[in-house]
Amino acid sequence: MDSVLLEVFVYLAFAVVAVPLATRLGLGSVLGYLVAGAVVGPYALNLVGDTQSVGNIAQFGVVILLFLIGLEVRPALLWQLRTVIGGFGASQLLATGFVLAGAAIALGQPWKAALVTGFVLAMSSTAIVLQMLDEKGLRQRAVGRSAFGVLLFQDLAVIPLLALLPLAAMGDATPATVASNGFLAGQPNWVKVLASFGAVLGVVVGGRYMLRPLFRIVAATRLRELFTASSLLLVVGVALLMELVGLSPALGAFLAGVMLAESEYRRELETDIEPFRGLLLGIFFVTVGAGLNFGLIVAEPVLLGGLVVGLMALKGLILLAIGRVFRLSWREAGMLGTALSQGGEFAFVLLSLAASIGALPADLSALLTAVVALSMAATPLAVAAYERATRTRAKAAPEPDGKYDAGTPDVLIAGYGRFGQVVTRILKANGHRTSVLENSVEQIELVRRFGSQAFYGDASRVDLLRAAGAETARILVVAIDDRDKATEIVEIAREAFPHLKILARAFDRRHAYVLLERGASVVERELFEGGLAMAANALEALGWRAYRAERAARLFRRHDLRLFEELRGVWGDEESYVSAVRESSPRMNDLLRADIARLAPQAADSGWDTETRYRELREDKVAEGLSPAPAPSPSPTGGTA
Amino acid sequence: MPDNVPTEPDTAAESAVFTPSARGLIVFAHPALEKARVAPAMLEAASALPYFPVRDLYQLYPDLTVDVLAEQVAMAVSDIVVLQFPLYWYSVPSLMKEWLDLVWVPGWAYGKDGKVLQGKTLACAFSAGGSNEAYGPLGTNRFTIEELMRPWEQTAALCGMRWIPPFVIHNAGDLGGAALAGEGQRYRRWLEAEAAASVRGRG
Repeated sequence: MDSVLLEVFVYLAFAVVAVPLATRLGLGSVLGYLVAGAVVGPYALNLVGDTQSVGNIAQFGVVILLFLIGLEVRPALLWQLRTVIGGFGASQLLATGFVLAGAAIALGQPWKAALVTGFVLAMSSTAIVLQMLDEKGLRQRAVGRSAFGVLLFQDLAVIPLLALLPLAAMGDATPATVASNGFLAGQPNWVKVLASFGAVLGVVVGGRYMLRPLFRIVAATRLRELFTASSLLLVVGVALLMELVGLSPALGAFLAGVMLAESEYRRELETDIEPFRGLLLGIFFVTVGAGLNFGLIVAEPVLLGGLVVGLMALKGLILLAIGRVFRLSWREAGMLGTALSQGGEFAFVLLSLAASIGALPADLSALLTAVVALSMAATPLAVAAYERATRTRAKAAPEPDGKYDAGTPDVLIAGYGRFGQVVTRILKANGHRTSVLENSVEQIELVRRFGSQAFYGDASRVDLLRAAGAETARILVVAIDDRDKATEIVEIAREAFPHLKILARAFDRRHAYVLLERGASVVERELFEGGLAMAANALEALGWRAYRAERAARLFRRHDLRLFEELRGVWGDEESYVSAVRESSPRMNDLLRADIARLAPQAADSGWDTETRYRELREDKVAEGLSPAPAPSPSPTGGTA
Repeated sequence: MPDNVPTEPDTAAESAVFTPSARGLIVFAHPALEKARVAPAMLEAASALPYFPVRDLYQLYPDLTVDVLAEQVAMAVSDIVVLQFPLYWYSVPSLMKEWLDLVWVPGWAYGKDGKVLQGKTLACAFSAGGSNEAYGPLGTNRFTIEELMRPWEQTAALCGMRWIPPFVIHNAGDLGGAALAGEGQRYRRWLEAEAAASVRGRG
């Protein structure tokens, strides 16, 4: 316990120094973590003993990463990506596996060991690549999607590889070690296969039909930490289940994520789990760095260097070729090849397993582990170098700006009650993409029955607003009916997202002033327009012509809005506010009466007695001609009041 | 809101006699400015003349309820009123007619006590889809632009205003970017010249 805490302390301390340095140098956080790990690791400063205990927890970061990725992948999108995953992914793995195996044979390895080596090294690092693409904002681009397809296929391929590894074992080694770490050990093979299918089916069906009601109950308690706990419970549970039946925990977590991708709890889940992902992945990278065997590097610098360069060059070139086949541009294919050129974290698992069952000699396994770790460390450097090399040419032919892909919402709406629904429907009908947050589970269920979707969550949380798209949205509409909460949201959003234009629903005039003061650009008193419409209806019911009734309401609206502006300066002080209202009311009423008088029917009729008007005009002209000084223009107010 | 308009039109109107520069006003109506090409070019060119404030009716009154007092004040303090609009059915867009009906009332615009507009200049400025030849006895539109503008000419006469021939951009749909900018500059020069003439006319 103490030693684990101490290790974590050392890791974090070095990470806090190394990561900002690395990002400042434009190399991304991954390299920072790796370097921090290498420095404190057993082969350098040796500040920590055994990296295994921390490493085990840190592996979980990859599981969470895949769960989060799953949350972003709706089943329909997964189906859309099937050609990328099946075609791109399969051809990458097969081509890279066999080419690397061929290279291993050429270097003098027996064919079985060469095959194992080839396919183990064909894997790339999901954690490093996705983290890197995220930081560069490439995840939604063609490069990101292709990389994701390849990585997902590799995760799938881990399962058959684990099963096939014993076949490559030499001589008398016992294959029983594979998948023996569960209660399924010793069961016949068909039971294991059945159990695997059962587990996957369980995740799919359970995710589809059971999780939503479960989260609903949890959300109804309104305890945020309980929601976080259940989210973690879900991910850990799925991972355990998968491990039990011998499947990849990361894959299981991904599946669970996909099943929840369409649920209203997606945003909240994302936001709650996100910090764990970052932290655990960071520690994971640190342990990879700590595993770098400097002894081996010092002993065999040329061999190791050659192997790393050879591995990355081969993998990169193969991906470049496949990328071109699948119609990526040269630039994109090159980026893809560079980004995926390293060995993956599954290689560590597979290599140690292969060594333990005798599928690979122990010294070769150690050598390859070092190669993979070094290639991981070299990837951020390679990508940075690639970007620098292509930057000058990129300026000549700029890529179309894909920053706002089709799915990015431009409007955030907080609150999906009677008010928010009207706003949302009008905006959507006019081609805007809305992202809606609603804090009441009952309300979400209700609108779901009518075919609308809102995400569960408290819009006064900055992280949740961010997850809903506050950074790319242009406006935020605060449409909730809770006075204090609305004020809070406006205040928080104004500070966290200065670019957002905030439109807020106000309870009454005073609340509207408060909202304006806290940073709202537009306020709308929630019952004002409804009252006006009702007044017009009432006038009509009293026998007024519809147009006259409508205009009377509109004129009142104008005068009230003018008063609203006038009193904005004094509302803070109760005394002066009240007296200002009293003072301005009669004046406003006079103006309103004058406006309404203009609507009166006789005024309009008398206006068109043109004969009289002309005579008057002629008389005026004559009068003007007699007087030497030009007649002063009459005041327009005098003429109408 | 007429914030930029002086609240004391009397003194403002008198001082016009002594200041050499005229005060203009563009009353502008376009229900779909976001789709328009010619009107933005004209407004852009006119924006170089700060003494020609623009009242964009469809932006000011999205609920089509014209603020009569504000509009009257704006006109009272100007020497030349230019109505800028796209020609719809040989006339103005509906909100501009609403503006005319509500703002130009007896006792203010004309009639026994209505002398506010007397001596001011009234003009129209618009773009027309067809060529100049299309507007004439032999063209598809049968009447000249001048004839089509007769209601406005008479409106000006009834109110004792000076009426000048309209500013027209023909073949508006076929103009390229450079030609459009050129027409905008022609508009600006026309505004300048007519504004100066309007002051002389009053003196």
